[in-house]
Amino acid sequence: MALDSKSELREFKIVGTRPLRPDGIDKVTGKARFGADITAPGMLVGLVLRSPHAHARIVSIDTSRAEAVPGVHAVVTRADFAEPGEDVADILDNCMAGAKALYDGHAVAAIAASSGKIARDALKLIDVVYEVLPHVTDVDAAMKPGAPVLHEGRTDETVPEGLSPNVISRHEFGHGDIEAGLAQADRIVERTFQTEATHQGYIEPHACLAQMGPDGQADLWCCTQGHYMARNVCAEILGLEQGQLRVTASEIGGGFGGKTTVFLEPVALMLARKSGRPVKMVMTRSEVLRATGPTASSSIDVKIGMTKDGRITAGFAELRYQGGAYPGSPVDMGSMSAFAPYDLEHVKTIGWDVVTNRPKQAAYRAPGAPMAAFAVESAIDELARGFGLDPLEVRLKNAAREGTRASYGPTYPAIGLEATLRTAKDHPHWSAPLGENQGRGVACGFWFNFGGDTCVTLNITPDGTVTVSEGNPDIGGSRASMSMMAAEELGIPYEKVRTIVADTGSLGQNEVTDGSRVTFAVGLATIEAARAAIREMCKRAAMVWGIEPEAVEWVDGAAQPAGPNAGEHPPMTLAEIAAIASNTGGPIAGHHEANPEGAGVSFATHMVDTEVDPDTGAVKILRYTVFQDAGKAIHPAYVEGQFQGGAVQGIGWALNEEYIYGEDGVLQNAGFLDYRVPVASDLPMIDTVILEIPNPGHPYGVRGVGETSIVPPLAAVANAVSAASGVRMTSLPISPPKLLAALHER
Amino acid sequence: MHYHSPTSVEDAVKVLAAQSGDCRILAGGTDLLVRMRSGLAEPDAILDIKRIDGMRSITREEGGFRVGAAVSGTEMAEHAALVAAWPGVVEATGLIGSTQIQGRATMAGNLCNASPAADSVPAMVAAGAVAQVAGPNGVRDIPVAQIPTGPGKTSLGPGEFVTSIFLPARPDRASDAYLRFIPRTEMDIAVVGCGVSITLDASGTCTEARVALGAVAPTVIEVPEAATALVGTPLDDPALSALSAACSAAASPISDKRGTVEFRTHVAGVLARRAAVIAKTRAGAA
Repeated sequence: MALDSKSELREFKIVGTRPLRPDGIDKVTGKARFGADITAPGMLVGLVLRSPHAHARIVSIDTSRAEAVPGVHAVVTRADFAEPGEDVADILDNCMAGAKALYDGHAVAAIAASSGKIARDALKLIDVVYEVLPHVTDVDAAMKPGAPVLHEGRTDETVPEGLSPNVISRHEFGHGDIEAGLAQADRIVERTFQTEATHQGYIEPHACLAQMGPDGQADLWCCTQGHYMARNVCAEILGLEQGQLRVTASEIGGGFGGKTTVFLEPVALMLARKSGRPVKMVMTRSEVLRATGPTASSSIDVKIGMTKDGRITAGFAELRYQGGAYPGSPVDMGSMSAFAPYDLEHVKTIGWDVVTNRPKQAAYRAPGAPMAAFAVESAIDELARGFGLDPLEVRLKNAAREGTRASYGPTYPAIGLEATLRTAKDHPHWSAPLGENQGRGVACGFWFNFGGDTCVTLNITPDGTVTVSEGNPDIGGSRASMSMMAAEELGIPYEKVRTIVADTGSLGQNEVTDGSRVTFAVGLATIEAARAAIREMCKRAAMVWGIEPEAVEWVDGAAQPAGPNAGEHPPMTLAEIAAIASNTGGPIAGHHEANPEGAGVSFATHMVDTEVDPDTGAVKILRYTVFQDAGKAIHPAYVEGQFQGGAVQGIGWALNEEYIYGEDGVLQNAGFLDYRVPVASDLPMIDTVILEIPNPGHPYGVRGVGETSIVPPLAAVANAVSAASGVRMTSLPISPPKLLAALHER
Repeated sequence: MHYHSPTSVEDAVKVLAAQSGDCRILAGGTDLLVRMRSGLAEPDAILDIKRIDGMRSITREEGGFRVGAAVSGTEMAEHAALVAAWPGVVEATGLIGSTQIQGRATMAGNLCNASPAADSVPAMVAAGAVAQVAGPNGVRDIPVAQIPTGPGKTSLGPGEFVTSIFLPARPDRASDAYLRFIPRTEMDIAVVGCGVSITLDASGTCTEARVALGAVAPTVIEVPEAATALVGTPLDDPALSALSAACSAAASPISDKRGTVEFRTHVAGVLARRAAVIAKTRAGAA
């Protein structure tokens, strides 16, 4: 692997192998405890009453009839919550509406009752008087002066006069002179692209169990990507001290970014406080789709100039993202990532964050980047094909490399984009023959990756096994990879290490599982914790041998004298040192706390073959290959799973997934029947090629891999459809009615 | 809520006659139980027909097949003679839901759920299937096409329920096919469905045809003009084009979250042509 040979990294014994996952047996036998599987004695059922209107002033809420129902223990509305601090105000308002219901499905009240039936019946007895207001769900419509206004006074100083108060902020990135660059082009493509909101589509609906005693001590069990986040947010909303609220994360049935905030948890705690009983809340799928997560929908103008030999002379994009009812769409990250794969002299992006009467968007795998890549990679494809150029060659010609000044500011260290492109070009997929109505598309994608606050504790047990406590819910195999890195560093078998996700009482602050950060940051902390334990074990051996600790080294799971001057002593294994720990100073542990920089950006190239049915507009995915830089794949099977999962979610986004709103602003497809994620029979096996260009910021070279894989597929699929059918689809999803209409228009 | 599980049609009719509230018939339950779970249905009583004699059996009758109202899609697919005679009806019923749902879902339930997009119904209508209905006034036979009257509505009177579906005898060189369009490959509801049943003579000329469309009108519709386009032809290209045009002309769909008027109208013709070609091959045409 000439492409990977830059490193002088150690030879690994465990890292890079594929041991059994530690959560596998529990999950396939149904024993794993997910959010809805946690119970407590005396537990009540909590349910939420949701707004049927897209936009309405809440005139009054009368809960007296519901409260009178036998078996109802508590009813909660916004009036029960104290005025929130600024940093949690929108989160609380999203969990429980204040003055207005801002979208179909917005929570307006909640009940805790002794049974689900009583709670359901009592919900109907809550009298809410709404004053229905005009609504807006489309991003372009919401920006216009005169559009229905969600909030007054939220617009920041970056936004010029004359736009709707729904426009919250403007972001600009880039360098050079766009007009000068365009003047050098032989051809300019200027197009507008649209993408619909898509949901993260995790299989497990949100669920939690809350308990609060009269002494102010509270416990929360929940399905989340970050229980420390849940603790901090809930403590602030409920007026608790963080140390008094212990949060335990359940097993998690998918998150993809959508579980990096809270929806039910503050409400469940308030119901528990009011009722004095444990309260369990579990969302239905309809609630999940109406009131949690989706990502932003977007409308994007792109203008790119290219010379006839394939050099991009200038790239411009103006991106408009609606992030639902509150500020914070990921348009800033879309604007930063749009041209990130390319080495451009003249590049500029402008992003607009807009609010609409839709659920508050939540992070979704590389938030903001897939839509931007769809627009830019589609336009590049159109230019390349227009000149009759190989789309991979065009991308290679413009590819960002070590030393390239990124469109969003920084200068890249060693990166892997070029390697993915060259590998793609040499792969048999690229030269495989295609049949009638079939076409091949490629696209590149970028993601930043992240570090963040991280704590790991590694304990040596008296019998010489090892336990690792991390503070991040395992959504992508982190327990396996932490055990592997600990075992690698300690020089012991993988089976001797068990990693757990510890509750908030057990470790310091941990950032949520996001930004593809865990294998990088928690991995780094695990390795450092293991090194701390090794230092202590060397010290204990030195004590036994009567030599200086510096004269002891750790080799293959044992302490040994570092050289002939240290004297003749047989190696002491980890188990031998553990066995005498009590007599040499007490238990042995290592820990590490950090906020590591150097996450290392990640790039991918995707290649897909599609077949278009010219009579129905149906698109079939025939073949799909992902080429991505993993830095170093700790557990390659999990890495492949991340590549495949991102590709599949992107295929769904490209072809069928969408939020469909009626004229009344009500979501029309709040279920998995009409919100169509791909099913297994829709897809071929997604092939993967892992490239390893080590990240200098991690001891083993790890880069995050979880998010980049969803960035290229929207454009890759659209480009393949264009190649197969001859029509360029600029609006996602490319659903059969839309594609058939485009084919008929041609 | 009361649960009734009679063992004879007579008892079932008596139980139904005694009901004052909302009583629903339970066969496979793949529509009813889902509706109850999601709060869309809150019946006062349920009458389970699965224990009634004959409801779970497929019997030969006058050269045809009587399929009990509680026979599942899986049981139909495992009945070799039924599959040989009516492959289109069996494949249409086989499209309802996942493998797990197939173990429960029934053709009669699919009919009485009265969805315009029901998969088995266009195939049954094309087959000329007849439903047997029991009720306070005794037993009557009624063409399947006359059961649904609109989305979620049927022509069944108070206290009536379907006890079986009769699929008639097949001459030689006769077969059928059903196709539907869905955006995915499984786990979906027809955006358009089309059932075609044909009979050929020894020379391969079509002597009899029946064509039905789903999801393009408030109920499944039979398209006599489409049948006319086929009869007397060898199902050659001009005939198939005429079939296509007749089906598109007969379609009067709505635009909704699953498809547009234009899409459904066009695809009705596309599916009819494709289904006719499959039926022709199955009927043994050269």
